Amino acid sequence: MHTLYHGIENIVGNVLMLRATDVGYGDLAEVTFGEDSSLAQVIQLDGDQVYLQIFSGSRGVPTDATVRFLGHGLQVPFSEDLLGRIFDGSGRPRDGRPELDATPVGVAGPSVNPDQRIIPRKMVRTGIPMIDVFNTLVQSQKLPIFSVAGEPYNPLLARIALQAEVDVIVLGGMGLKYDDYLFFRETLEEAGSLSRTVMYVHTAADPTVECLFVPDLCLAVAEKFALENKEVLVLLTDMTNYADAMKEIAITMEKIPSNRGYPGDLYSQLAARYEKAVDFESAGSITILAATTMPGDDVTHPVPDNTGYITEGQFYLRNGRIEPFGSLSRLKQFVNDKTRADHRKIMDRMIQLYAGFRSTEEKRSMGFRMTEYDRKLVKFGDLFEKRLMDLRVTLHLEDALDACWQILADCFEADECGMPSELIKEFWPTERSEVRSKNP
Amino acid sequence: MNDASSHTPKGTIDGVNGNLIRVTFPESVMQNEVGYALLGDLRLKAEIVRVRGRQCWLQVFEDTAGLKVGDPVEFSTELLSVELGPGLLKSVYDGLQNPLPELAEQCGFFLERGQYIDGLNRETKWDFTPSVKVGDVLSAGESVGSVPEGLFTHRIMIPFDWRGSFTVKEISEALTCTVDTVIAKVEDGAGELRPVKLFQTWPVKKAIKAYDERLRPTENMTTQVRILDTFFPVAKGGTYCIPGPFGAGKTVLQQITSRRADVDIVIVAACGERAGEVVETLREFPELEDPRTGKSLMERTLIICNTSSMPVASREASVYTGVTIAEYYRQMGLNVLMLADSTSRWAQALRELSGRLEEIPGEEAFPAYLETVIANFYERAGLVRLKDGSIGSVTIGGTVSPVVTSRNPLPKVPSKWWEPSTVSAANARINVVIPPSTLWRAGVNIPVWWIPKNWIRPDAVCGPVAMWNK
Repeated sequence: MHTLYHGIENIVGNVLMLRATDVGYGDLAEVTFGEDSSLAQVIQLDGDQVYLQIFSGSRGVPTDATVRFLGHGLQVPFSEDLLGRIFDGSGRPRDGRPELDATPVGVAGPSVNPDQRIIPRKMVRTGIPMIDVFNTLVQSQKLPIFSVAGEPYNPLLARIALQAEVDVIVLGGMGLKYDDYLFFRETLEEAGSLSRTVMYVHTAADPTVECLFVPDLCLAVAEKFALENKEVLVLLTDMTNYADAMKEIAITMEKIPSNRGYPGDLYSQLAARYEKAVDFESAGSITILAATTMPGDDVTHPVPDNTGYITEGQFYLRNGRIEPFGSLSRLKQFVNDKTRADHRKIMDRMIQLYAGFRSTEEKRSMGFRMTEYDRKLVKFGDLFEKRLMDLRVTLHLEDALDACWQILADCFEADECGMPSELIKEFWPTERSEVRSKNP
Repeated sequence: MNDASSHTPKGTIDGVNGNLIRVTFPESVMQNEVGYALLGDLRLKAEIVRVRGRQCWLQVFEDTAGLKVGDPVEFSTELLSVELGPGLLKSVYDGLQNPLPELAEQCGFFLERGQYIDGLNRETKWDFTPSVKVGDVLSAGESVGSVPEGLFTHRIMIPFDWRGSFTVKEISEALTCTVDTVIAKVEDGAGELRPVKLFQTWPVKKAIKAYDERLRPTENMTTQVRILDTFFPVAKGGTYCIPGPFGAGKTVLQQITSRRADVDIVIVAACGERAGEVVETLREFPELEDPRTGKSLMERTLIICNTSSMPVASREASVYTGVTIAEYYRQMGLNVLMLADSTSRWAQALRELSGRLEEIPGEEAFPAYLETVIANFYERAGLVRLKDGSIGSVTIGGTVSPVVTSRNPLPKVPSKWWEPSTVSAANARINVVIPPSTLWRAGVNIPVWWIPKNWIRPDAVCGPVAMWNK
């Protein structure tokens, strides 16, 4: 069955071509050369020509390497023991501990029958007010974090990994800097959260091909946990690196590029991953939060553009803050009516006032005279940014809602803030915080 | 869907590249013929998209993992077809007319590949009432009787592809039967008896033309969205599209239209969009009341759901499946609204396939034939006078997600006009649900509900002025 093949005919980029028969599309092969060996995957069949994408990269692969086909596609071992472990992009342990001895499960399985999906109903509490209050993350939601390179999206994801109220965190790193990988590992370890986390990390120093498997491995594992009644949060960073890896392979294979060199199936490939987010009626759920860097802050770049049409909203990370404008959770209305009576109203009002603050800022910068109300808006904007928007702020949803009321009370009179009077009766804080006296 | 017979000619796989397989065939094949790649016990449905010498290329409607060179391929000698008959309404299909609820019963949470179920349930009983007698002469598209299907009288018609006239030789009494029952036998010009069943099949990529005359659309299709009805009305039998960036509210507008529009039947084709959005429709429609009939909205709705993670080739097929079913109900003198969300995803599916076929790419790698294909699709809308004098219509509304496709299917949409205005309206959190109203409030006079005047068919457009005068 497992015939050994010697001799590789072509080596182009990370793609090897050899002649073999009885090979299945998508099957794995083991390429052995000298003391090294690497996995490879069949990516095209053409008569007896078999094209293999070699995981470790083709550097140093001789034409007389030995190739053994394994007769199955990419698999990942799955058991509860995965928790607390760290693997690389081809599923090998990265934490120096032994390989996991568990039943392998196939990756990139079939998609969920839309008829079996249910309307999302539970929120994921992250402790980050700009998410919990203003753009609530919902179980089964898929949301990208659109960010310019250099924004603190990895620290943000790490905080979410620490704070999110879910059962299991699966973290996938693609093209991560080694420092970032260590940062994730240490942050989670220190906070004791590693025990509920599985990490699949591909660093920028690893072979590109391994980057391609990180999302699949993460989601296959997440799906298994979800079917075992776990609420799973999958954090992926950075999907643009993933798309670039796809581009690299497609160009090597001389595929016709569609938009800025990306392959024509970019949308389908991204969608196949993001659509793994699901809430099973009688089991757990998968929620996906994925950092996507926008090259040159350009949202029309093919990666963020295609992502936006797949995901259920997006967070914009700009100037170290989650932008209140542009950021959107399309599913929040399913859950934010069940949290607290004032949630929706205060969410809308705060953003409206903040929009007012922004135009006042503009007015001020152009030298127009400020009215009393303008000054209140300016104060409101400052407090909003300091007490809620700052990424370091951690507040439970209820505390964050109270903080919203406190900001309103610190800046406006009750009849000025445009909230319904019954809510004011219930929630208006009795005291102003000392900020007012300090800053008249 | 089709029984595998032992004598069907078989080809062998010669190459696999993504969802495209190259097959060497023994005798003859037909362009766009359906074939099945055999992978152990699994039969993976595929369609021929190119023939060169003794080799043909098939796009497989499923994941191709595991297929090997040398695996057999069966050819069905049929084009990609859908079953047309009573029982279509209320269904939820994938792009190839597999009923999704039944698939779920069979396979559980996931869509396992190689599972196909008849589009029409073979067990359901229908009450057939004949409307012709022995000796009557009929032609394709004329009815021999009817069955009640929910709110509608479902006509049982002579298959649309039969040429010439047919004399009724046998017609059954009123009876209760399944869709498989032969309810009439008619004699063709050559003296041969042909059976008529409650259902027929029709190749999806061909328009149904069994009508007398195509008319100029004149009547307004009321959507009950004031701004649309007042300023951007659409005619029954017309076409329109809704372009907008993500988050603009295209899908929401489609959903509102599907609930409120003044038509008999609504077909929602979710083509390559988010599964979550379809779920809303799936879960809510059965509970919502149709404002016109007082019954459940689902009674007049059919959902075709090929979401973004489902195979790309059936995404391409899904809009055709939808419009074919729309045309079928039009043949009963009904007004049908077909909503395609989104045509950009469909165009991308065409691009993916074109790229795999290594065709010379056009602008942004879209195939050069994209505009023809899209124009052909929209051309299937229209108002027609049927052979019995009644009038039926198909109205097509598609959403377009711009950046990717603005230059291709819609060469004349000035995308930069509405994009910033929608975004600024969304920022102020006024009302992002219905883009036209926000735009209106923002004082921007832009037809978001854009009627492609010069592009698709000038006479299908019921211009604002014409409506005003009516």
